[in-house]
Amino acid sequence: MSEFVFDDQVDITDVVCPITFVKAKVALEELDDGQILAIRMNDGEPVQNVPRSIKEEGHQILKLEENGDGTYTLLVRKVEE
Amino acid sequence: MAVDYGTLKKGGFMRQKQKNHFSLRLRVVGGTVTAEQLAKIAEVAQRYGEGYVHLTSRQGVEIPFIKLEQIEEVKTALGEGGVVPGVCGPRVRTITACQGSAVCPSGCIDTYAIAQELDERYFGRELPHKFKFGVTGCQNNCLKAEENDVGIKGGIQVKWLPDSCIQCGVCVKACRSKAITLEDGKIEIDREKCNFCGRCTKACPAEAYEEKHGYIVSFGGTFGNDVHKGETVIPFIEDHDKLLAVCDAAIQFFGTYANAGERFKATIERVGKEKFEQVIKEAYDE
Repeated sequence: MSEFVFDDQVDITDVVCPITFVKAKVALEELDDGQILAIRMNDGEPVQNVPRSIKEEGHQILKLEENGDGTYTLLVRKVEE
Repeated sequence: MAVDYGTLKKGGFMRQKQKNHFSLRLRVVGGTVTAEQLAKIAEVAQRYGEGYVHLTSRQGVEIPFIKLEQIEEVKTALGEGGVVPGVCGPRVRTITACQGSAVCPSGCIDTYAIAQELDERYFGRELPHKFKFGVTGCQNNCLKAEENDVGIKGGIQVKWLPDSCIQCGVCVKACRSKAITLEDGKIEIDREKCNFCGRCTKACPAEAYEEKHGYIVSFGGTFGNDVHKGETVIPFIEDHDKLLAVCDAAIQFFGTYANAGERFKATIERVGKEKFEQVIKEAYDE
């Protein structure tokens, strides 16, 4: 279980690029500055690219956790512009 | 009157099937054409050509159906908009480039600046055969560096900074070469696997990598009648002056040893790969 307490979560394992990032971005928009979102994503292309895209949006990446079922959970702190 | 097609070709006028008509190749650097130039090109194509241009496979622009008797007039008209003819034949051709780090988030080097520099240094230089340079910003290789006689690809050599690292694990997954492992809070980079793509540091949320931007240079690429992927001699060139020294050495090697009509790859093979590699290494070490 995560060492981070998160405020909301989103599962992007049911979509493919570029909707993965879009779905994560929309979920982040719902949060307030400083709140933490847990994003569950698939191995491969999503885990290679989504963390970087979120970084490039200016949010703070805290941790990438392996779930042991072929998915990963990325914990992100929302940073308002 | 006799027409000197060789001189016309050298000046970018490509003889067409249609008698006394030429497709005029323009000088383009790194795939960049200004709006002012485009307006002039459009005007000339409309007035002297058939109202269209052809975009070549190497970022060139050609205006087809220019008439022999109007060549001088066309050159003058183009000059007014800052457009000059390109070249064809046995010499250094258009220097191609992707948009690079000035525009593209993936770019590791300023490709356009390098293309401009190479253009000033080598464009049109007379050689035994055609000679092509291409500059691409990263491992995505949008510009297909290895197709060129000399291909330059941007890369980043990274060094892990343990004090900044938050052990998030993002870089381990961002690396497509599986060169990074995170164990007991320590990052290990397998230098044999690292291809300098820079995805680790671009994804890193903590600035835990020191970056050295540099060049992966390949030689002897050709994609015409023969198809051969250019090969690197030095895995990573971290210094701009060394890049130029290596380019100088390559072009000099070609100028010295190539037979007329022989591409760089064939020269390297005929003269000997070891000898060529020696020349490049010496230029790099100087």
